[in-house]
Formats: sequence, structure tokens, C-alpha cells
Amino acid sequence: MKKLLISLLFAPLLAFAAGAELHLDKAPNRSGDLAALQHGAKLFINYCLNCHSASYMRYNRLKDIGLTDQQIKDNLLFTAEKVGEPMTIAMRPAESKLWFGAAPPDLTVIARARSSGFGSGADWLYTYLRSFYRDDSRPTGWNNVVFENVGMPHVLWELQGQQEMGADRKLKLVTQGTMTPEQYDAAVADLVGFLQYMGEPVAEFRKKLGVVVLLALAVIFAFAYALKREYWKDVH
Amino acid sequence: MAASQSEKYKSDGSALGGALEWVDARFPLTKLWREHLSEYYAPKNFNFWYFFGSLALLVLVIQIVTGIFLVMHFKPDASLNASGVPVAFASVEYIMRDVPWGWLIRYMHSTGASAFFIVVYLHMFRGLIYGSYRKPRELIWIIGVLIFLCLMAEAFFGYLLPWGQMSYWGAQVIVNLFTAIPLIGPDLGVWIRGDYVVGDATLNRFFSFHVIAIPLVLVGLVAAHIIALHEVGSNNPDGVEIKKHKDENGKPLDGIPFHPYYTVKDIVGVVVFLMVFFAVVFFMPEAGGYFLEFNNFYPADPLKTPPHIAPVWYFTPFYSILRANTVNFFWIDAKLWGVIFMVLAVMIFFFLPWLDRSPVKSIRYRGPLFKGALTLFIISFFILGYLGILPPTPGRTLVSQICTIIYFAFFLLMPIYTKMDKCKPEPERVTQ
Repeated sequence: MKKLLISLLFAPLLAFAAGAELHLDKAPNRSGDLAALQHGAKLFINYCLNCHSASYMRYNRLKDIGLTDQQIKDNLLFTAEKVGEPMTIAMRPAESKLWFGAAPPDLTVIARARSSGFGSGADWLYTYLRSFYRDDSRPTGWNNVVFENVGMPHVLWELQGQQEMGADRKLKLVTQGTMTPEQYDAAVADLVGFLQYMGEPVAEFRKKLGVVVLLALAVIFAFAYALKREYWKDVH
Repeated sequence: MAASQSEKYKSDGSALGGALEWVDARFPLTKLWREHLSEYYAPKNFNFWYFFGSLALLVLVIQIVTGIFLVMHFKPDASLNASGVPVAFASVEYIMRDVPWGWLIRYMHSTGASAFFIVVYLHMFRGLIYGSYRKPRELIWIIGVLIFLCLMAEAFFGYLLPWGQMSYWGAQVIVNLFTAIPLIGPDLGVWIRGDYVVGDATLNRFFSFHVIAIPLVLVGLVAAHIIALHEVGSNNPDGVEIKKHKDENGKPLDGIPFHPYYTVKDIVGVVVFLMVFFAVVFFMPEAGGYFLEFNNFYPADPLKTPPHIAPVWYFTPFYSILRANTVNFFWIDAKLWGVIFMVLAVMIFFFLPWLDRSPVKSIRYRGPLFKGALTLFIISFFILGYLGILPPTPGRTLVSQICTIIYFAFFLLMPIYTKMDKCKPEPERVTQ
């Protein structure tokens, strides 16, 4: 009986033994860093928002990260007329599917969708955007370590430069981009920080409100418990 | 006659008193209040485990109220919008971003779904340890199992609505189970989906079931559950009947009026529950991918099957049982056996009142056989739940086969081991 119990307790360990490993670098935390998020927004709108939409995100929501309507209008409003409009694109999914093999997904909630047991969605995106390498066997000339045979070319290659896959399965920078590797990593971190913000714009406020709600409940608990004690005094 | 006379309110001359007298002459308001609250005598020794009934009721209310507001903005429409996203999926994100407080309402509803199962599983566990299903409470238990079935249906239908990848493929897998039934299977699948694949027709009918049909049945069953409970009276951690010992007025000596004693006590339970509930809602609404699955942030794509389809955590023990059987025995296919075992795993709860032959109800006076069997059952249930999240491997399948056998053995051998068990004598009155 005891033996059976013990073997049952260890059964999950035995069962947890297979599955492909995916190594992800930890994305630097940019939440609440408005300058970084604004830089990320700029990168996103300039580099991503041509093939990818963010159709649940409205331009004027960027006021969350410290921008004014006028700033948004002057600097970021490339794909829409009014600041209240969502971040849609002109490219139609049916066409882009023909061109890339798969329609580039909407990126509004990509940072949430990419979460997994291997790391957060931000970690995945941070690693992915730094893991492109030259591969002439691919139609775009690019491949990716994290997302094998991806349909997307390395859009940020001018910033990063070109990487190649060595015989040791490690990536090497073979031509220098306009940024140093450190600058590039920081820029990607900002971009990923923005994607993470965009996945749930309310996240920061949500956590702050949560503290207030829990404190209020703690006060209510004190009263509720005192009331219960008072009534139950005479129950023996 | 005299009793019913006394249940009618006599006005003290005030306006409110007059109004109550007027209502009482036409509707049994005071009578209901007394029967179910102020003169419903509950055992005074309820412990921690007795919070979960009232908490289940609270979660039901949370789900209905948040659900009403979600329906105002949600669109059950699988067609693609201009950005190529299904309208239903986009409408959920619209609720999360553009509806004032929509994110809070949505997170309360999604967290509430998991909370419902946590609370109901604990409520059922309470029934198991204290023998609350035994005579004369068999019907309360049966209605309770029906509520559990409704809850599973409600959760299943609701999970399709956000129209994410897991919504879509989860529904596909579960509906496909019905196609395993011989002869009528394939046609039955088409009949349930309203299409050859899960599609717009499926989304619309599941929406209808989720917001109208099942909640209506659920609320009715919950009312029946409480009426049946108040007819026979509550069990307690000692498993002895408080109605055996009454005072000269016919009130149980070990009973206290539900109101105010248990109303004020349940308020404490409610506040503690809400602290845990809102901690999840505000600080970890995805709960690590268990309450909101990460893959469900991708819109449903009928052409892209995810490599690994796992149901939400509350279904995983039954999902493991479904997958556990890998052999065709007799002339029946392994897949169909899996379906049969899964259905039996739920249905077997109906028979619990008649499987238990112990002279005592509560675990406090049970012998080592029942305690051991229950422990093994609970451990197996957890392991099955855990394995249901993971993709199958031969090792995992073997473990889930062992756990499935233990799961069924707990019920099927119960008439034997509860009879053989060395029980302690029950006390006459409740202990404190």
C-alpha cells in the first residue's frame, strides 16, 4: 500500500521526460519605461506596421505611453486618417498569403500568444528578432533559429547586419549593421516592450487597481470577521 | 392551520409593516424567509469545507452578471473582418480595450469559470469525506451531479466563444468524440456542429446554449438542490443527524438558525474568496496559461492544427481517462472505449450513495480502508489532471492507465472495502 503510494507520487516525474527544448533569452523589462516604449512604438510603426496589422489597437491609445494626440498625428499616423482609428494596414491578408506563404499575423496580442512553458511571449519575440540568419535555400534569403523556415524576411537587417549559421550551430555576425550588437539588442528590447504593452495596454493600471481592491477587501475582512465573532459568541 | 397562521406577518401599523402584511396575504414571503433562513436549523459544527456551497452560488451570480454585460458587446460571428481576423475574436479584444471596464468584466468571467470548478470540486470533496451523499441526502447528491454535468457543458460551450485556436480545436476534438459512436456517429457530429467542420453555425448554436439553454437549466437545478437540502437538513463533519435530538419546541439541540449565524460566517468566507479571486483577476489573469491558454490568443484557423491540443485544466482528469485506453478489446475500437470510460467516469458519481455500505458517514469515524482508498483516488485524480495537460508519451499513457484503474476501483470496490472497514463508533451528538 505504502509502496504504491510512493510510486504514484513519483509517477509524474517519470512521465515528464520528453519534448523539444527551446532556449529563449530573457527579454529586458521595459514596462513603465515610457521613453523605451515610445521608441518601441516608433520602431513598430516604421518597420512592422506595413505587413502586420495591429487592428485591435487604436492610435490614440498611445496616450497611455505619454504621447499627445498631436504627437501621434505628426509622427506616427502613417496608415490612418484619424487618431481614433485602429492600426490597420493596406495589404490584404489574401494577397499577403500568396506572397509570403502565410499571411503575416495581426500583432496586437502576439506577445500574449507567444507565451509558453519555455518563457514569456516577450522572451520569444526578443530571441526571435535577434535570431535571423542568411539562408540562400529560403525564398526570402533568411531563416530563423527560433522559428524554422519562417516566411518573414529579416526586416531589421539594416540595423543588425547579417548573421550566418556556423558549423557549431551558433550565429555569427558577418556584416555590421548601422547599430552595434548592444544597440541592436536594446532597440529590440524596446520594440518587444512595446509589443508587450500593446498585448494588454491596461496591464499596468490593472496591477495598481488590484492593490487598492485587495486593501479594501482586507478592511472589509476585518469588519466581517468581527461581526462573525460577535454573533458566534453565544454558540457553544 | 395554526402553524401557517403564525407564518403570516401582522402589521405593527407602520407603512413598511402594512406593505409586508399585504404581500404576506398574497405570497409566502415570511414563510420562505423562515423556512430557508431564519428558522432553517443548520448544524453548529460546520468547518472550513462548508464554505464552498455558498461560494458556488456566489460564483454562479458573478458568472451570470458578468456574462450579461459580455453579451452586450460580444459578436458570435466567425466571418473575417477587413484585417482578416474573425469577428468573434476581434470583439473579445474590443471588450478588452474599448469597452469601459470591459477587461475587468472579461477577466472576472474567465477567472470565474476556473473558480467555479475549483469551488465545485472542493464542494464535492466535502461530500465525499463527510458522506453527505448518504441516506437521506441521495437526491441532493444526484441533483448535484446533474449540476456538475451542466457546468461541464456550460464551460465547454463557453470556451468556443472567444474563437481562438484552443477554442476551435478543443471543440473539434470533443465533437469528434461523438463521431466514435457506431452507425450514427458521423451524422451525429454533423448534427452537433451544424456543418462538416466547426464553423459559424457551431459558434452561433454554442453561444445560444451558453447564454440561454444551459444557464436556465443550471439555475433550476441549483434551486432544486437547495430545496432538497432544506427538506432533509444539512449533514455535518460528524455525519450524525442533528434532527434526532430536539428540544421541547422541536428545534434540533445541535442546530443554529442559518440566519444570522451562517450568513455572517459565510460573509467572511466570501470576503476571503474574493481576495483570492481578485488577486488572480488583477495580478495573474492568465494564471500561467491555465485559466487563459496562451494559444487562445491566436484567432481560430481551421487550416492550422496546433501540435498539442489540451483542454482547460478542469477537464484534464477526464481527458486523461479518455486517452488512457489504447487497446481494442471485444469488438469495440479503442477510441470508443476511451469515450465510454470518460462518460462513465462522470456518471459513476450518480451511484455513489448506493456503492457506500459503511455504517458511518464521516471520515472521522471511518477505518483505514476508506481513508486509504480516498487518498489514492485523490492522488490519481490530480495525476490524471496533470497528465491531461501534457502531450502523451508511452510512459505517461501507462501512468494514466494505472490512475484510471484506481479511479474506477475507488467506486467499484467501494461496496466491499466500506463493508470490511474497521469503523469507530459514531457519537450521539455533534462534537465541537
